[in-house]
Amino acid sequence: MKKITWLIPTVYIVFLMMPIYWLVNMSFKTTNEILGSFTLWPNNFTVENYVTIFTDPTWFMGYVNSLTYVTINTIISLLVALPAAYAFSRYRFLGDKHLFFWLLTNRMAPPAVFALPFFQLYSAIGLFDTHIAVALSHCLFNIPLAVWILEGFMSGVPKELDETAYIDGYSFPQFFFKIFIPAIAAGIGVAAFFCFMFSWVELLLAKTLTAVDVKPIAATMTRTVSTAGYELGLLSAAGTLTIVPGAFVIYFVRNYIAKGFALGRL
Amino acid sequence: MRSERFHDALGRQLLFTLLILLIEVPLGVGIALTMPRQGIGVTICLVLMALPLLIPWNVVGAMWNIFALPDIGLLGKMLNGVGFDYNFTQNPFWAWATVVAMDVWHWTSLVVLLCYAGLRSIPDAYYQTSKIDGATSWQVFRYIQLPKMKRVLTIALLLRLMDSFMIYTEPFVLNGGGPGNSTTFLSIDLVKVALGQFDLGPAAAMSIIYFFVVLLLCWVLYTLMMRDETN
Repeated sequence: MKKITWLIPTVYIVFLMMPIYWLVNMSFKTTNEILGSFTLWPNNFTVENYVTIFTDPTWFMGYVNSLTYVTINTIISLLVALPAAYAFSRYRFLGDKHLFFWLLTNRMAPPAVFALPFFQLYSAIGLFDTHIAVALSHCLFNIPLAVWILEGFMSGVPKELDETAYIDGYSFPQFFFKIFIPAIAAGIGVAAFFCFMFSWVELLLAKTLTAVDVKPIAATMTRTVSTAGYELGLLSAAGTLTIVPGAFVIYFVRNYIAKGFALGRL
Repeated sequence: MRSERFHDALGRQLLFTLLILLIEVPLGVGIALTMPRQGIGVTICLVLMALPLLIPWNVVGAMWNIFALPDIGLLGKMLNGVGFDYNFTQNPFWAWATVVAMDVWHWTSLVVLLCYAGLRSIPDAYYQTSKIDGATSWQVFRYIQLPKMKRVLTIALLLRLMDSFMIYTEPFVLNGGGPGNSTTFLSIDLVKVALGQFDLGPAAAMSIIYFFVVLLLCWVLYTLMMRDETN
């Protein structure tokens, strides 16, 4: 039995790693080698693709821009979603269930629907082509997500925790920051990661709302599609690099995800 | 909208959504249950599993395209090596298999991460009590882990449902909804009608229907999952 439980995640990870290995593999090849033959590892090992990315400012600024608006977005989403989720999980008010479900409908329409309204709005108030514009537009689908995830975790915390804290003489802010937030740290970790991720991979809104100054990396990548076909080597190198920041984020929140929930805090 | 084409796309979409939900959710829960609970294994698992989620969607399509090509890709080469006549650009069955595999590859981790975090938030006391009561591991799963995971699972289900309806970039980059129309899902069809043929009227009508289908499905699912709690 012990052996089997180890096997399932291992097999799954191997399955996950194969395409990623192929991506990394391709990133060290020239485009000709990728299209020309089947090779398990690069025959003509080249770092040229990476050199291109790190020396060309339009490439690496793409990463900086993406990281900036993704970070802003994650912070805004969490700050807004925490109180909202608390209200949904602890209070009953008129239409709360419907409002809660309505939040999610914002995620149902493809972002393409909102691209034009956002474009006009942000152009009108001079936010076009700024980090904050992209960050705010991504809130559209990240805040509902964060509220839903956090609400799930908050409802998992027994109400007695709130009540004992009040009996112990905590005021609401004290309780919220000192007891409640640590209790749902796992949820915050997951929510932060998902906000980061969905904002990171979103292409359409980010592309529509930016022109020159804050062009995100995913939009820069579309440049590799030229009349001569895909520049696959460059595209895979850029793809490999997009994984890196996210991997760091998950590395830092991993402890929150795996921490579990301490019931006996008193 | 009586057009056959729309019905076909809708049918394909529903089949696709059903398939990936049936694969991803049990798989995700299974992996979350069997993942290590402490030590270095947790870090390795979490970081590695999160990787597919972080790749921009256009890159996912492009890399699977190459990865699955029979002559220069690892997957295509392997499948042909063990004797399948694998060619996703021409054979509709393999095209389907590839799109589903790609989606499973891409999104199962989302279910895993959510469920794992949900599982970890179950207090140890529950497990200890069940141990004293002599519960089998199936009973522990059915009566403790599953109910506690229900909220998280609802989120995972709804997210996958909505996103699978929105799937556009990956199959489009993979092989443009082909061969023929065999992997043309709703969103791809919509873009073809709206921007390819510039029939904006029908396209607008389609997108409204499309939105209501998603809304209806989510509402039904949400109500079903939440029914026990309101009673």
